[in-house]
Amino acid sequence: MTTYALTDSWTMTRRELARWGRQPVTVVVNLVFPVMLLLMFGYLVGGGRGVSGEYLDFLVPGMLALTMAFGLEGTMVAVTQDLTKGVIDRFRSMPMANGAVLVGRSAADMLQSALGLAVLLAVAAALGWRVNGGPAGFLGAVGLLLLFRFAMLWIGIHLALVAGKPELVQAVQILVWPVGFLSNAFAAPGSMPDWLGTVVQWNPLSQTATAVRDLFGSPGGEPGHVWAAVVWPLALLAVFFPLAVRRFARLSR
Amino acid sequence: MADAAITVEEARKTYGGSGAKNGRPALDGLDLTVARGTVHAVLGPNGAGKTTLVRILATLLRPDAGRIEVAGHDVVREAYAVRLRIGLLGQHAALDEELGGRQNLELFGRLHHLGARRARARADELLERFELSATGRKPVKQYSGGMRRRLDLAASLITEPEVLFLDEPTTGLDPRGRAEVWGSVRSLVGGGTTVLLTTQYLEEADQLADRISVVDAGRVIADGTADELKAATGGDRIDVVLRDAGHLGAAVALLPVPQDVVTVDTDRRLLSAPVTDRMATLAGVVRALEDAGIEAEDIALRRPTLDEVFLHLTGPDDRVKEAA
Repeated sequence: MTTYALTDSWTMTRRELARWGRQPVTVVVNLVFPVMLLLMFGYLVGGGRGVSGEYLDFLVPGMLALTMAFGLEGTMVAVTQDLTKGVIDRFRSMPMANGAVLVGRSAADMLQSALGLAVLLAVAAALGWRVNGGPAGFLGAVGLLLLFRFAMLWIGIHLALVAGKPELVQAVQILVWPVGFLSNAFAAPGSMPDWLGTVVQWNPLSQTATAVRDLFGSPGGEPGHVWAAVVWPLALLAVFFPLAVRRFARLSR
Repeated sequence: MADAAITVEEARKTYGGSGAKNGRPALDGLDLTVARGTVHAVLGPNGAGKTTLVRILATLLRPDAGRIEVAGHDVVREAYAVRLRIGLLGQHAALDEELGGRQNLELFGRLHHLGARRARARADELLERFELSATGRKPVKQYSGGMRRRLDLAASLITEPEVLFLDEPTTGLDPRGRAEVWGSVRSLVGGGTTVLLTTQYLEEADQLADRISVVDAGRVIADGTADELKAATGGDRIDVVLRDAGHLGAAVALLPVPQDVVTVDTDRRLLSAPVTDRMATLAGVVRALEDAGIEAEDIALRRPTLDEVFLHLTGPDDRVKEAA
């Protein structure tokens, strides 16, 4: 059984890639949507409240972190679809490695998010945004963003397994917005009322955004935040990874 | 039984655990034996426990208690061994709707560890066999109900399973789709596969199954061939259709059987009753109706339908004595 764990996980990842090939429009929309947000907040509504320095430099790390957070939606929708369409029953009644369904999902979602990061960074670079930190800082920042996405991924899998119904997915899709915006992605917490600023600073998304700003050498970065941006996602994973795995095993109850 | 493909002894299952709504068991000590190479129908109303039974047999659900073996392996302790030997056609199409038919079959072939080349060859073979080659590239979401069902069936046959579970395989299909699925099932059994089929359609059980188990409230309440079940309900029946529904009440009294076993269908002006001595009853009924001046449109002797068996077994027949 375990000898097939890798093969099966790879097969399940390829299944997701094949689905991309079938829905190129959806894939493109998913990649373009954060770009749209970046342009909207960078040039249309953004004033960069409380931000010192170039707003684009502040905004890009925030948008990168927000894109990782919004990835939760996609994960949830995909898992819920599998659950409601009955295809998961076929997987579970086959002699395949048990975890491959979840591993394949994670691998494909991480790949999609990495691609999303690349597109967003390329667009930002085209707009004149530059990294002020060194290459090590850049790679570290990308690592932190993907770690944050990985935590969101397992929250998404867990929520989908708990909710199991498309209607509840919709509720989460709506809730992702205020939670995403209750962060320092677009504005500095110092510009907000005290209580709000406190809430915003505690948002794990803010931790990652601040650390990324630090590593990029952007305004709004605070040294020493890298640890918070490592610990928060790991803490979330420590809770939601076992919960999701347990939920998945409990499909047979 | 040594040559049993499926053995179920005293299977019990109650859903929900802490969140149980009513605590009524879905399976309440169900027993079932299916001989190798046969088609066995599990017949029952909605909520009788049919799907629960299939899900337990296909290792998707853990039973609370009972000894349950499929192809000689315990479904809980040897789930992997069972999964190597079964195919499942569930109530909802278990396919990736976005992918094409061929992509689906290849995916499942790879997950059965056939390897890339054999998975591809097997996909082509199955597409051809189920007449889906022409649409192999189209995404499944564009398939008709019947095509989707055929692809689903093909997907459950990737490794030529020893035991195939079909959970209400024709629910929601039009008559043509139904006939297609029935044809496929018949040809499978010719190949030696054991089939366990759940259905609400009595005709389906009658058409396909060697043996039938009637399930109600999580237990088997009757078991046998279609003929045995029909015989158990009281053997032959006589049907009398009158020209005038107003005479139904009078005609019931003329039949040479106790009045409480006569079924009356006012809309169809039909009386139906079990008979023991076919010819004597027929002659007696014809004479009695003639003497009473009641005109009959049709009189026929026949075996009971499975519908009657089913109603007889699962609950009181509301139509009895309605007009008597």
